[in-house]
Amino acid sequence: MSRRLQYIIFVLWVLALATTPFWATNYIVRLAITIAMYTSLALSWNFIGGFTGYPSFSTAAFFGLGCYAGAVSQRHGVPMVLAWIVATFFVGAFATGLGAIILRMRGHYFAIASIAVVEVVRLVVSSWGSLTGGGDGLNLPLLTGGPNAVARIFLLVMIAIMVIVFVVTALVDRSRLGFGLRCIQQNEDAADMVGVDTTRYKVAAYTLSALFCGTVGAAYASWIGYIEPSDSFSIIMTVKVPVMCLLGGPGTMLGPVIGTAAFTLLEEVFWANFLDYNRAILGAVIVVLIFFLPGGLLALSWRDLVKRFAFRPQKAST
Amino acid sequence: MAYLQTLVNGIVLGALYACLAVGFSLVWGVLNIVNMLHGSLIVLGGYLTFFAWHGYGISPLLALPAVALLLFLLGYVIQSVAINRVIGAPVLTTLTLTFGLDLILYNFMTVYYTATPRRVTLDLGPIDIGGIVVPLDRLLGMLLALLLTGLLYFVMRRSRIGRAIVAVRMDSAAAALMGIRVKRIYAITFGIGALMAGATGAIFAVVYPVTTNLTGTYLGKAFVVCVIGGLGSVPGALVGGIVLGVIESFSGQFFGPQHALTVGFVLMLVLLVVKPTGLTGIKGYE
Repeated sequence: MSRRLQYIIFVLWVLALATTPFWATNYIVRLAITIAMYTSLALSWNFIGGFTGYPSFSTAAFFGLGCYAGAVSQRHGVPMVLAWIVATFFVGAFATGLGAIILRMRGHYFAIASIAVVEVVRLVVSSWGSLTGGGDGLNLPLLTGGPNAVARIFLLVMIAIMVIVFVVTALVDRSRLGFGLRCIQQNEDAADMVGVDTTRYKVAAYTLSALFCGTVGAAYASWIGYIEPSDSFSIIMTVKVPVMCLLGGPGTMLGPVIGTAAFTLLEEVFWANFLDYNRAILGAVIVVLIFFLPGGLLALSWRDLVKRFAFRPQKAST
Repeated sequence: MAYLQTLVNGIVLGALYACLAVGFSLVWGVLNIVNMLHGSLIVLGGYLTFFAWHGYGISPLLALPAVALLLFLLGYVIQSVAINRVIGAPVLTTLTLTFGLDLILYNFMTVYYTATPRRVTLDLGPIDIGGIVVPLDRLLGMLLALLLTGLLYFVMRRSRIGRAIVAVRMDSAAAALMGIRVKRIYAITFGIGALMAGATGAIFAVVYPVTTNLTGTYLGKAFVVCVIGGLGSVPGALVGGIVLGVIESFSGQFFGPQHALTVGFVLMLVLLVVKPTGLTGIKGYE
């Protein structure tokens, strides 16, 4: 897919999401907010998981920290938008420091360390009651103007974040950084050998993957108005986001966008019919994805698919 | 004296942790797969034991071998049907796949059994040795856990299957050249991992409540024990389990029980950075 076509598709998608209040029900508007939010998270994860190929499962830690950083600063009198910016930089700084430590590991060890980070941050947040309210959670002032107006505002906010992340992705994709990250993904030792500063590149990718999770988290906290540890640091989210990205096509610009849209729609359809089985559905999506869509939806070649189903190859009979 | 009691509690807990982690460690070491299913398999073993006891009055001791065998079969099938297809794929693929399978198993258990905690209550009472009090059901659990771990060690060292597993672990290509059917060994190894999980579940059903809410906790413990002890070896899991048990026991006393878990995870993160091969590990053999 050419670069221009990808931009066009993305712009059309943004327009479709942004205009939902004018042509769809409140339910669809809410869905659009969720899609925009998860698209930002999946695009963020794409920096470390897609471009660099590191199995990072710390999205929920960044998102949750963003929620709490935003909420705590808002409760201390910081204006809402400024609180989001504070959360962004706080989470970015956290990821830089953490990345410098855990990015020395590879493979399973990195994956496990990144999951453990989610747990440790969640446990610290839930036991630091004086600042975070502990297990009771935190309440935030709700915006005035009625639920519809609030939903419109946050729809635009989430879409704005999504557009920013997409622009950053497009910039990274074309830049030296993106090239270096792809080299690391293919062969880290070789990349190191030819002069890619692997540690710095990896930390940059990890920080990028965290930065906007912080913004999204803080905006989410302001939108929902109430946060608590098990919701903010959900282990399901930490897997869902990579799965969305993998479903679309990791390491591409449009992959996370398409993957998130496909996943969310799938989830909604099943959710409406099989409420008790939402985890199993995520599991089934994963199994199908791994076995039948190894490169994601974007890697599907429609011509091959048509060929395979239309002209089934005859088995040699002996 | 109080310290001695804490130490004993820690060791009892540690033996249980060793049994919990040894199957996970074996699968990770031999197949190079982080088995996210482990926690759910333990809980499944717990449920089977509970319902055998509750419904038919079968003692957990008798149910244990049957549960272990059932889970072995389940593990063998899961590996042959699903995981063997992605062996050797990048970590992201294998980890996500086992996580997906875990979500499915977890979901079905929650729907069929609901998350209500259940427990096999044997009411054996505590035993008092020179002022140190240990609940008898825990002590029994510890002995069973040690016995099973020892048995696994013996199987790995002495039996043909065990030697084949070790050979595959060291060099699967060379093992294949020596006539070992590697895929089958993978399935057997995963089966043994599930077997140990089922047996652990049977033991834990006597000591802890059985509920699906605990799958993540058990999995977390298995991670920590493996990282502390080093991968793929029975003694490693034993050392890791007992170290974790003692540390949790003491940190629970000093910082309060709610922080015991955090201390374990922080310890794991530090060890991962400082010495990723674990306390008993050999460099370059991870």
